[in-house]
Amino acid sequence: MKRDIIQKIGFFSLFLSILITFSFLGMIVYFIFSRGLPVISWDFLTQPPRNAMTEGGVAPVIIGTVYLTLGSMIFAVPLGLACAVYLCEYSPKSFVVNVIRISINNLAGVPSVVFGLFGLAVFVKFFGFGVSLLSGSLTLGILALPLIISASQEALIAVPYSIREASLSLGATQWQTIRRIVLPTAFPGILTGVILSIGRVAGETAPILFTAAAFYKRGYPKSIFSEVMALPYHIYALMTEGAHPDKQRAIAYGCSLILLFLVLSISGVAIFLRQQQRSYHG
Amino acid sequence: MDDSMKMCSENVNFFYGRQQALKEINLNILPNKVTAIIGPSGCGKSTFIRLLNRMNELVPHTTLTGRIYLDGQDILMPCVDPVEIRRRVGMVFQKPNPFPKNIFENISYGLEVNSIRNKRFIEERVVESLKKAALWDEVKDRLYDSALNLSGGQQQRLCIARCLAVKPEVLLFDEPCASLDPISTRKVEELILELKKDYTIAIVTHNMQQAARVSDYTGFFLLGELIEFDKTEKIFKAPEDHRTEDYITGRFG
Repeated sequence: MKRDIIQKIGFFSLFLSILITFSFLGMIVYFIFSRGLPVISWDFLTQPPRNAMTEGGVAPVIIGTVYLTLGSMIFAVPLGLACAVYLCEYSPKSFVVNVIRISINNLAGVPSVVFGLFGLAVFVKFFGFGVSLLSGSLTLGILALPLIISASQEALIAVPYSIREASLSLGATQWQTIRRIVLPTAFPGILTGVILSIGRVAGETAPILFTAAAFYKRGYPKSIFSEVMALPYHIYALMTEGAHPDKQRAIAYGCSLILLFLVLSISGVAIFLRQQQRSYHG
Repeated sequence: MDDSMKMCSENVNFFYGRQQALKEINLNILPNKVTAIIGPSGCGKSTFIRLLNRMNELVPHTTLTGRIYLDGQDILMPCVDPVEIRRRVGMVFQKPNPFPKNIFENISYGLEVNSIRNKRFIEERVVESLKKAALWDEVKDRLYDSALNLSGGQQQRLCIARCLAVKPEVLLFDEPCASLDPISTRKVEELILELKKDYTIAIVTHNMQQAARVSDYTGFFLLGELIEFDKTEKIFKAPEDHRTEDYITGRFG
């Protein structure tokens, strides 16, 4: 009997943990929706801000986030994938390579504000790109690199050795084997990693704080050297600066809702793809 | 070496790290014959066959000494490209390993990586290879289905067809029936006997009946040594070494 009661208490506390976790999640979604939804309208999504950020829409802000994310991926995906292929397929299994591998994993743990400062020092100042879309994209790209490398490595390792062997035994070179057998087989896994890192990059504030973001900028970004507005920074700015905190707060919640929606739908796509991949491998 | 040999190993020693897996192996593979290599697990038979198309050099920390000849040419010379050797000496593996592509692409792949671009030629070769591997009738209506949907036995014959498509001179089978049921095994064995006309074949198996059924010559490996090599009949009826006799009569192994 006593064992039974202990077991019931155990199960109940586990269930309670799930309940607490889930209720936080539910609350986040509820608060963001209930406060953000009233300001969402067609104009809010398609118009630029007016009257010192107290009216109008946030279209340039959304566009800025899209540009920054896209830019970071253009930089990080080819580079990250190439690194992963080298580490998995070509590199000798030596001490040095192990150190590199561990360093890359550690890079993923570096606080994002540190990346921001690095971007300021290197891209903005040293290379002279200024506070710009380019600097911000590169900084976000560096943040995404370890994520893409480790996701791609996992996907590559999951490709069975037997089919590499089959390819080589037919007289294919190692490069042909990688390009035509290994990469296509690993593709869904790599794509999942890329999409998840897009979700992460889109929501980052600190890396663009000193490298790309402007609180207010008239019109849309015109070149890669323009400053841009971006959703995460815009939320921060609306809550901390400006002369009309009440009006600004409503807009901030609207921005949060858009950002939340963007990131959740991106993760949704990644989860869907991962599911496809599972059924494919049987 | 003798001109009548297709392949031949001379004093081959092979090490995984410091552990010696093969000791002084001298073995001849005759053209248009089936040479079987038998022996208990871990005796080095798979290791040996994988040297013949230089697959084992992909394993790190291994050492190989001795010579291996293909048509009189030492394939271990530094000037020899292993990629070229692998095209000439094809291999079918223990577990069927089709590519996660469709049936047609599985076979055309070997041609494409060897720089064959002519579409009509590729199509003809795919059909020819599938027919030779006795798989054509079963897959002709679904060439563009995923190869992963085929049964294990069909997958193994697909792997054989894939191998045939690049027209190798020697076919190496590394326990090709280890994961197949008896009916699929019989099909693969019939196929081997059929392919003997055009190819030189070496097969590793730990199924002694299989060796007796398909091979002309048999070599018995034990603990990395080639104990006995002779005509299959001789090995099974009147082996000279008592260890061979013990093994084939089932006293160990």
